[in-house]
Amino acid sequence: MGKTLFDKVWDKHVVDSVPDGPQILYIDKHLIHEVTSPQAFNELKKRNVSLFRPDQVVATADHNTPTVNQHLPIKDVLSRNQLAQLTKNCAENDIELYGLGHENNGIIHVIAPELGITQPGMTLVCGDSHTSTHGAFGAIAFGIGTSQVAQVFASQCLLLDKPKSMRISVKGKLKKGVLAKDVALYVIAKLGTDAGTGHFVEFAGDVFENMTMEGRMTVCNMSIEMGARGGMIAPDQITYAYVKGRNFAPKDADFDKKVAVWERLKTDVDAAFDCEHTFDASDIEPMITYGTNPGMGMKISESIPTKNNASFEKSLAYMGFKKGESLIGKEVNYVFIGSCTNSRIEDFRVAANYVKGKQKAVNINAWLVPGSQRVAKQIKAEGLDSIFIEAGFELRQPGCSACLAMNDDKIPEGEYCVSTSNRNFEGRQGQGAKTLLVSPLVAAATAIEGKIIDITKQLN
Amino acid sequence: MKKFTIVQSKAIPLAIENIDTDQIIPARFLKATDRQGFGENVFRDWRFDKEGNLNMCFALNDDKYSGEILITGHNFGCGSSREHAAWAIGDYGFKVVVSSFFADIFKGNALNNGLLPVEVSPAFLKQLLTRVTDTPNAEIKVDLETQTITLLSTGESESFEINSYKKTCLLNGYDDIDYLLNQKEKIEQFEIQNA
Repeated sequence: MGKTLFDKVWDKHVVDSVPDGPQILYIDKHLIHEVTSPQAFNELKKRNVSLFRPDQVVATADHNTPTVNQHLPIKDVLSRNQLAQLTKNCAENDIELYGLGHENNGIIHVIAPELGITQPGMTLVCGDSHTSTHGAFGAIAFGIGTSQVAQVFASQCLLLDKPKSMRISVKGKLKKGVLAKDVALYVIAKLGTDAGTGHFVEFAGDVFENMTMEGRMTVCNMSIEMGARGGMIAPDQITYAYVKGRNFAPKDADFDKKVAVWERLKTDVDAAFDCEHTFDASDIEPMITYGTNPGMGMKISESIPTKNNASFEKSLAYMGFKKGESLIGKEVNYVFIGSCTNSRIEDFRVAANYVKGKQKAVNINAWLVPGSQRVAKQIKAEGLDSIFIEAGFELRQPGCSACLAMNDDKIPEGEYCVSTSNRNFEGRQGQGAKTLLVSPLVAAATAIEGKIIDITKQLN
Repeated sequence: MKKFTIVQSKAIPLAIENIDTDQIIPARFLKATDRQGFGENVFRDWRFDKEGNLNMCFALNDDKYSGEILITGHNFGCGSSREHAAWAIGDYGFKVVVSSFFADIFKGNALNNGLLPVEVSPAFLKQLLTRVTDTPNAEIKVDLETQTITLLSTGESESFEINSYKKTCLLNGYDDIDYLLNQKEKIEQFEIQNA
């Protein structure tokens, strides 16, 4: 029987198997940031173990960093301390750090692909659940806990049971205005936030084949929101074209040699998956979430389902919504475009294209946070910055920002935020804040109107 | 890691589904650089109101309930990979979390910290939640060796699955780093072969 894309990459990285136990999986790249690494460095010290392969570790500062005045000392003492700790740990262990102010700085899941660190067929891990993003390149990439960060520091390996496989196919042509984020929210709304647990997902079908790398990253990024450890898309010409020429990508003849290897990273026709789901692209519309997990999503023109379940009702009570209610016309005061899900150049192009020549509504605070210094630079190079500024949007400096509100970018209590991030959990964007997840297009439209609108009416 | 064998204790019921790691430990408390003290802020925004007063309706604050076992709804620990969630629950004093379903990363993190995730059937979970809510003094015994969870007052019992490698680790207090450090030669060999 044939192998899946996942099998091919996984099997190539198995060092050994523990009798009656997990496998030892070799990790090609280890990405770290300030929040989930300090305790792992402490663990090494405690055991008097040195870092095994510092060349395979890349560090950035992203979760805690301010998005204004990055040249000044960080006001919050704890954040400042955590970043100082990262700098010290990286220096002591010979790790390349793209710290605050560095031209390569940004959200770890934005910078690794744009620097060409992420490549097809690799295994990548990071102490962050959205590491699934890198699967867009046909890599096995997944989030790990801090104990595992320490394991990779010590041995460049992890002990893991091979996950089950799932294929999600979306076939046909997406409607106008339906973006990668809508595809992800649609699939999660259909399958639920636990459907992928224990599985690695391969996204297949012409919708993903025709998607840009940015779109593929958005989809794979969200695979953790359906419980899957990671998502993958088979590499193709679009992937190779994206990787080619980037800082850490193989060069010239080496690149061609790599492509010949990457060409084989496709699921064999006779390979079997533990689980398969197929969706019709024409059924997908711009999506919005109404609850406190990413599975509580619907088409923006639909009404909130009427479901009798205590947890569902608790969630609606937090959001201040009623069963059967439509969200169209709801006033919103905050819009956030950013996060490792939607902070790449393409996301800002979509938003700018909609915003051009318009003004944000007076009630709206619109925060735009690029995923990296390079994205920020590109926004300027393309003149998108003036479009946003003229429209009254606030263009900030790169970082995770209001996606998890570890820095000062917090949505005030009780306020709704229409957000391109990945999680609408209670208090995720600030204590008492209420998040509605959407695509960059819907976010931009909300900012202009000051309320949620049925974007499909403008698209047809 | 401490050894885990048997826990016999009262339990605290938390009958909410899809409890994410942002609820277990909100992001604003992740700025520490060591592992200790996270228990203070476990379920922070459910345990306390905005003024910092205890929310007495929340099960962890209810005097009726106590114990080292937390019984929770389906899909516990979804969301972020933050191991701080497992540290916070352990630091608060729990040794076992019972649910009908755990998110992958949380489950792994718990096991790596000697916090036992016990996955039971939805029917048994319902039974446990009802019994503990009605009779808060009811004791529950979790035996890792025999892989059973038993409600001592009624004798109702169910067996649970655990990866045999992880079971050995917990029973003996071993962790993965110890194992991996002993595999260095094989790992270096692998690197040479795949260079």
